[in-house]
Amino acid sequence: MSAESANGTMTVRPGRAARHDFAAIARWIRSGAHVLDLGCGDGTLLRTLRETRAANGYGIEIDDAKIVASVRNRVNVIQSNLESGLSGFESHSFDYVILSQTLQAVRHTEDLLREMLRVGREGIVSFPNFGYWRLRTQILLGGRMPVSKNLPYEWYNTPNVHLFTIADFESFCVAHGIRILERIVMNERGERIGFLPNLLGAVAVYRLDAGRA
Amino acid sequence: MNSTTPAAALAAPGSVGVVTAKRVDFQRPLPLRSGAVIDRYELAYESYGTLNAARSNAVLVCHALNASHHVAGTYAEDPRSVGWWDNLVGPGKPLGTDRFFVVGVNNLGGCHGSTGPASINPATGRHWGAQFPLVTVEDWVEAQARLADELGIERFAAVIGGSLGAMQALQWTISHPERVRHALVIAAAPKLSAQNIAFNEVARQAITTDPDFHGGDYYAHAVVPRRGLRLARMLGHITYLSDDAMAEKFGRALRTGSIKFNFDVEFEIESYLRYQGDKFSEYFDANTYLRITKALDYFDPAAECGGDLAKAMARAKAGFLVVSFTSDWRFSPARSREIVKALVDNRLDVSYAEIDAPHGHDAFLMDDERYHGVVRAYLDGIDVR
Repeated sequence: MSAESANGTMTVRPGRAARHDFAAIARWIRSGAHVLDLGCGDGTLLRTLRETRAANGYGIEIDDAKIVASVRNRVNVIQSNLESGLSGFESHSFDYVILSQTLQAVRHTEDLLREMLRVGREGIVSFPNFGYWRLRTQILLGGRMPVSKNLPYEWYNTPNVHLFTIADFESFCVAHGIRILERIVMNERGERIGFLPNLLGAVAVYRLDAGRA
Repeated sequence: MNSTTPAAALAAPGSVGVVTAKRVDFQRPLPLRSGAVIDRYELAYESYGTLNAARSNAVLVCHALNASHHVAGTYAEDPRSVGWWDNLVGPGKPLGTDRFFVVGVNNLGGCHGSTGPASINPATGRHWGAQFPLVTVEDWVEAQARLADELGIERFAAVIGGSLGAMQALQWTISHPERVRHALVIAAAPKLSAQNIAFNEVARQAITTDPDFHGGDYYAHAVVPRRGLRLARMLGHITYLSDDAMAEKFGRALRTGSIKFNFDVEFEIESYLRYQGDKFSEYFDANTYLRITKALDYFDPAAECGGDLAKAMARAKAGFLVVSFTSDWRFSPARSREIVKALVDNRLDVSYAEIDAPHGHDAFLMDDERYHGVVRAYLDGIDVR
């Protein structure tokens, strides 16, 4: 299966070695849960969830090669553009809808988060924190757009159209009535960060729901 | 079980080689959805590869409108008689005959060897003709299930088809959920639209208004409603291709380089359609064509669940691969997404690929890398131990 994931096409998610968020996500998923993974790539997360959590469900992916890779991983994958919404899914039909390191590459951020929390009872979102000190330093001292393990692109070829920080995301949640149930912030080695997360955290993972009126 | 002969070794790499068709004579009456009963009938079929000891590697290939049980390989007497899905089926091909035992069957009512309107009705000693009942997708699936019984196949590893063949694959998962592990549903629709039915009706009218049709009993007059068949086929061909594919292949190219101001063949597209129509009218039976278009029109598994496709699919247990093609306007990707949604609503295993291919509905017959890549990946994942 590594042959497929090693294709030369541009990938939104960074390499698997950097996927410390997968472990955090897997810990949150209840055994036997029904999950929808938005932008599932080669299906690694879904496969992990099936093997470690007996969870099943579907991935959504747009890229032809990753569809094949997901099928080779024996996960259910549906070829679709996230930007056109989740109209093919009934409300509250999943225990979790996962958006793992994909939100920064989505154009219609508000629509997609609303759709996630309609289709899923809970949403799980992970993203590279643009407030991470190494990135701040690259702009501040180097005067160049940052490139890192979690943001491995140059400004001219990045699929990431919305770069944001932990502080940005949390104020977004407040403004949109999204309730944060749990948060994990990690450094580049996948170690949990408690102190100054917006400065020291490379990746953040959130568990969310639509809140209660 | 294996109809591949030693001559296969001489055939092109990836080909199943020289094949022979076989027939099974069924003497147990088959009740049809229409209420009619066929007392006795034959089905023509071919098979490639070897059924394993566990009988767990059988794959049924269902054909669409004009194809047959001759899915792959060639006949010894005619090296040009390549099977209709030869690019998909063979050793090392996406549907690998080195792993799978592949069965192709000519549907009941067909005209390639199975009992159909052009066959002799044993009750009268004459051609069935207009007396041959209307058959449906459900009826075909029942007949195919009886063939499976005959071949000792309790459960198919997969049932695969494109277009009308995909409808049969879908129906298999509803009619016999325990007998299908996987269904590959390619270029399908869960039912025909009014526009689809309209095209079929024009094709039928072309045939039934041909003076040589004789109410369907043209065999007795030793004629064939050739003009009607030609028109039906020409119309069909227009709907199988995309506007872009036609523009690419023919454009406004003229046969002789200049306009002649008459009604002979001038544009290349006219020449192509006439050629396709002529060819078709020489081998295809008009009564079979009428019945197959009706089977398409009648297919609507959701109907008995108040139009709720998800409810209709609730009985299914198979895993699914659904594939559509972006330029297919006959059965567009939106129609395949209806099927996918019904499966997802039932939490059934399903993967869906929307292939960006320019060929229109006919894309399911083409050797497209992305399309064959996903079919291969899916079939490789099927356990055949």
